[in-house]
Amino acid sequence: MTSIKKRLQAERRFKFYGQLGVFLSLLFVTLLMLKIFTTGSGAFFRTTIEADVFFDPAYMSVDQNSTKKEISRASFEALADSVVSSNFKNLDDANFIKVREMFTRRFDYQLRDHFLNNKDDFNRTITLDITASSDLDQIVKGNYPRNVPESQRKINDYQLSVLDELTDQDRIGSTFNFWFFTNGDSRDPETAGIWGAIMGSFYALMVCLAFAFPIGLFASVYLEEYTKPGRITDLIEVNINNLAAVPSIVFGLLGLGMLIGVFNMPFQVPLVGGLTLGFMTLPTIIIACRSSLRAVPPSIRHGALALGATKTQATFHHVVPLALPGTLTGTIIGMAQALGETAPLLMVGMVAFVMEIPGGPLDPATGLPSQIYLWSESAERGFIEKTSAGIMLLLLFLIVMNLTAVLIRRKVEVKW
Amino acid sequence: MVEKNMNYALKTNNVYVHYGNKMAINNVAIDFPKNEVTSLIGPSGCGKSTFLRCLNRMNDVIDSCKVEGSFIMNDSIDIYSNDMPIESLREKIGMVFQKPNPFPKSIYENVAYGPKIHGIASSQSELDELVKESLHRAGLYEEVKDRLMDVATGLSGGQQQRLCIARAIAIKPEIILMDEPCSALDPIATAKIEELINELKENYTIIIVTHSMSQASRVSSKTAFFHLGNLIEQGDTTKIFTKPDKEQTNDYITGRFG
Repeated sequence: MTSIKKRLQAERRFKFYGQLGVFLSLLFVTLLMLKIFTTGSGAFFRTTIEADVFFDPAYMSVDQNSTKKEISRASFEALADSVVSSNFKNLDDANFIKVREMFTRRFDYQLRDHFLNNKDDFNRTITLDITASSDLDQIVKGNYPRNVPESQRKINDYQLSVLDELTDQDRIGSTFNFWFFTNGDSRDPETAGIWGAIMGSFYALMVCLAFAFPIGLFASVYLEEYTKPGRITDLIEVNINNLAAVPSIVFGLLGLGMLIGVFNMPFQVPLVGGLTLGFMTLPTIIIACRSSLRAVPPSIRHGALALGATKTQATFHHVVPLALPGTLTGTIIGMAQALGETAPLLMVGMVAFVMEIPGGPLDPATGLPSQIYLWSESAERGFIEKTSAGIMLLLLFLIVMNLTAVLIRRKVEVKW
Repeated sequence: MVEKNMNYALKTNNVYVHYGNKMAINNVAIDFPKNEVTSLIGPSGCGKSTFLRCLNRMNDVIDSCKVEGSFIMNDSIDIYSNDMPIESLREKIGMVFQKPNPFPKSIYENVAYGPKIHGIASSQSELDELVKESLHRAGLYEEVKDRLMDVATGLSGGQQQRLCIARAIAIKPEIILMDEPCSALDPIATAKIEELINELKENYTIIIVTHSMSQASRVSSKTAFFHLGNLIEQGDTTKIFTKPDKEQTNDYITGRFG
C-alpha cells in the first residue's frame, strides 16, 4: 500500500496536468483570436484621398434634370480623369496614370453614386473623400514595407512621393468600410464585400432548414413513436448514427452526383448547396429529435391515450411540443455546423467569383466559408485582411446561432 | 343470489393475461356494480394493476401483452370487439394513474383537452363551463379558480392528482379506473381524494386498485383480493375484512404477508 503522502502527491500532479491542459487550450484560442483580429480589423476601414470634385458639364453626359436611370447608365470615367488632372497639376501622361492608379478603379462609380443622391452639385465644386486603391491602402496601413527596392513594391517611388505630399497636406483619411458589408465580391480588394456571400449562405441555410427539419422531425417521430423496436429499426438507427459522422465532402459528392448529375439541377446555386447541406444536417436533427422524444415521460403519452386520444393526437398534441425545444436546439447546432462547412459548397460549385448579390436560392452565389476560401487564395495583400474579417463574421454568426440554441434550451426546458 | 336485480356497469369473465410466456392473470371473473366503488387489493405483483389496465385496454400499449376473456359493458357490448373503437372506449372508461401526470400545460388546458378531442363542448362558453364544473366536482375549483391559466405542473401532488380526476371526469365517463391514486400522496391529500371518491360514486362507477387495506375498507363497497394472478376472493367489503372465506385473504388482511 502506498503511503498517504504519495497518494496526495499523485492527486496534486493530476490536478496540475488538468490545469495545464486547460491553460494551453485557452492560450491557443486566444492566440488564434488575436491573430484574426489584428489581421482582420483593417478590413473594416478604408483609406481615402481628399479631392476637390468639380461636376464639370464638359465631362458629363447628364445634368441635374436627368433621371436616376440615365445617371445610373452614364459613364463618369471622363469626369474621374478630370478630377485627377485638376487636383494634381502639370502631370505628364505617365505620371497621370500613376496618380490615377492611386485611386480605386471604381472612382467613377463613387462619383456616380454621389451624383445620384446630390444632383444639385451639378456645375459646382465640392470636396469628396475618394477611396484609395488597395495597394495605397496597404501602404498607409503599414502592411506593405516602404523601405524595399521599387521593383519589389506595388507602389512606385513617384506614387510614394505623391502620397507623402498628400499626407503633409492632411488629405489622406480613413473611413468605415461600409462596402465590405454591402458589396458582392470584386477583383479589387477595396471594393470587395461579403454581403453576396452572406446572402448566399442565408439562402442555402433556409433551403437546408426547409428540407431537413420537416423530414428529420417526421422521421424521428415515426421511428420513436410508431415503429416497434426490432432488427430493422436497429439497423436504421445504426445507419443514422453513422451518417452523422460521414465527412462533409462525401455529402458534397452526393449533391454533385445526384442533384446536379441525375436531376440536372443548376450548378453554383444556393438551392443545391442548401439541399446538400440538408443531407448533412438531417442525421444531426434526427438524433437530437429522437433523444428529446425519448426524454418525454411515458406517463404523458398514457395520460393522453387514457383520455381517448388517438396515438397521433397524443403524439402531436403532447409529445412533440415537449420534444420541440430539444429538437430546435439540435437543429440550430446542425445549421451552425452547416454554415461553416466548405467542402459541400466546393463540390456543388458555390465557390465561384460572383459579383452580384444573389436575390434568391436560384441565383449563382458563394457561401461565407467558400468566400473566405476564395479570398485566402488571392494574391493581393488587400484580400488577406478581408479573409480574416470574413472569418470574424463567420465566427460571429456561429456564436450567435449557438447562443440562441443555448437560450432556447434554458428558456423552454420543461421541469418535471 | 340476491344480486339479480343489480345493475352492472361492467362484467368480466374468463380473463387471462400473458406477458410473453408469463401468465399475469389466471381466469378472473369480476362484475362491477353500477355507481359503487370496487377495490382491487393484493400484494405487489399480484396482477391487480394489470387487470385494471385491461378494462380500458391500456395494456394494448405493451406489445408482449396478450389479453383474453370477455369484458361486457352495460350488458351489451364487449369492449374488445371491433364495434368499439379504443378511443370511444376510453371516452367511457376514464383512468387516473398512480403518479399524477398532468400535461405540462395550463390547468384549463388539462381539463379542456378531453372534451376538445371528443367534441363534447359545442362552444367556448360551454367548454369553460364544463372545465369549471369538472374542477368543481374534483374539489379543486376553489383552490385554482384564480390561476386557471397557470401551468399545472406547479400544483402540489395532491392538487395534481385531483386535476387528473377532473380531467378524467370532464369527458363524462361511466367508469373511472384508479390505479393506486394515493400512493404518491401524503395523508391529508389522500383523505381529500378519498372524500372525493365518496362523492363521485353518485355518478360514476369506480374501480380502484390500492395497496392500503384501510383505504379499501374506507372507500369501497366491494372488494376483490388478488394473489399471484388469481382472484382469491371477492364480495362485500365488510365481509372480506371481517370474516373472509379463504385463509389466504385472512392472512393478507391481518398483515401476515404482503
